[in-house]
Amino acid sequence: MANPLAQFEITTLVPIRLGGVDASFTNSGLFMVLAVTAITLFLTLGMRAHRLVPGRWQSMAELSYEFIAGMVRDNVGTEGRPYFPFIFSLFMFILFANLIGLVPYSFTFTSHIIVTFAMAITVFVGVTVIGIIRHGLRFFTLFLPSGVPMVMAPLLIPIEIVSYLSRPVSLSIRLFANMMAGHTMLKVFAGFVVPLGILGGWAPLAVDVALTGFEFLVAVLQAYVFTILTCLYLNDAINLH
Amino acid sequence: MVMGTVRTALAFVSGAMALAAGPASAAGLPQLDASTYAPQVIWLAITFAVLYVLMAKVALPRIGHVLEERRYKIDQNLKMAESLKGEAEAAAEAYEGALADARARAGTVLSDVREGAARDAAERQAELRARLHADIQEAEAGIAEARDKAVAGIRDVAAEVAHSAAEKLAGETVDAGAVRSAVDAALKERG
Repeated sequence: MANPLAQFEITTLVPIRLGGVDASFTNSGLFMVLAVTAITLFLTLGMRAHRLVPGRWQSMAELSYEFIAGMVRDNVGTEGRPYFPFIFSLFMFILFANLIGLVPYSFTFTSHIIVTFAMAITVFVGVTVIGIIRHGLRFFTLFLPSGVPMVMAPLLIPIEIVSYLSRPVSLSIRLFANMMAGHTMLKVFAGFVVPLGILGGWAPLAVDVALTGFEFLVAVLQAYVFTILTCLYLNDAINLH
Repeated sequence: MVMGTVRTALAFVSGAMALAAGPASAAGLPQLDASTYAPQVIWLAITFAVLYVLMAKVALPRIGHVLEERRYKIDQNLKMAESLKGEAEAAAEAYEGALADARARAGTVLSDVREGAARDAAERQAELRARLHADIQEAEAGIAEARDKAVAGIRDVAAEVAHSAAEKLAGETVDAGAVRSAVDAALKERG
């Protein structure tokens, strides 16, 4: 039976070294480039005709725009407008990574903790910096919800700080674990198809078909969850509760 | 998220199984191989920066422009429809006003005509009455004259008859004046 974790292995395609740092172009990098290309083509080719009454493709491009624009507007407000391109890029990047990763023999770079953690820590640091720039020291009142009696402060402040610091961890592990678990399960069941033969192999195959449908849902849902949590964190930084 | 936790646990169990499977997978989870971190993070930064620039500078403004244009067009059409509706309402109002005006004017004209006709009729009636009255008076005058004339004629005839009768009876000439005064006296006696 094939190792269900072999699909997560990083293989170097073009070895590159930059000042002693390994910057090789790997299968992970290849799929990142593919995702960016696919997103750009999806949006620019879809909008090429830019008709007043959109066709199917243009509708999908506009739908993705309005979906994220609505999410930013509802969760952050009008002040979130400057961050819309970032949120949109984040959503599309994760969404396309997850969906392209569902193609058999492809690679899902969101199944790597380092990738999701890098994205989460970027969001975390960015949101914190935005909060401090906008509110200065008042930003730290975020750790003491208003209306709480001062007696509770010694207990609440550490809890709030821990919960704040755990944001990038939960954000990155949620996406990575979902992707990895889904793909591992697909591979585990796929590994049973041939060994169980022409009679028994149908059962794990059927499970894989069902799981693939489920994985499409997870792919979209996790991209959504990552993005909406980013919006909520941004809202905290901009509006301080 | 419970589903996610279960799946994560499953994944780690299968990972552990793979780990236990043999030396081929002794490296463990590829995700925990720190030597792959640098290239992944570097390429993530490059590709995401490219994506961000492409989205912020090319794709999103284009979509935003189309959406803005559509919203503008729809607003414009709605506004036009509203103004047309207002115009139609004003026209309907003007029509109603004109109709009411015409109706009122027709009413006054009708009552004017009716009054005029009544006045004319009254005038004509008065005139007729006056004429008839004059005719009656004239006729009465004629009748009175005729009667006087007839009465006068009767006196002459009576005088003559009396005269000739007296002559015949008496066989002598009778004074005409005496006869006449006698007849007058007789007529007066009868009234």
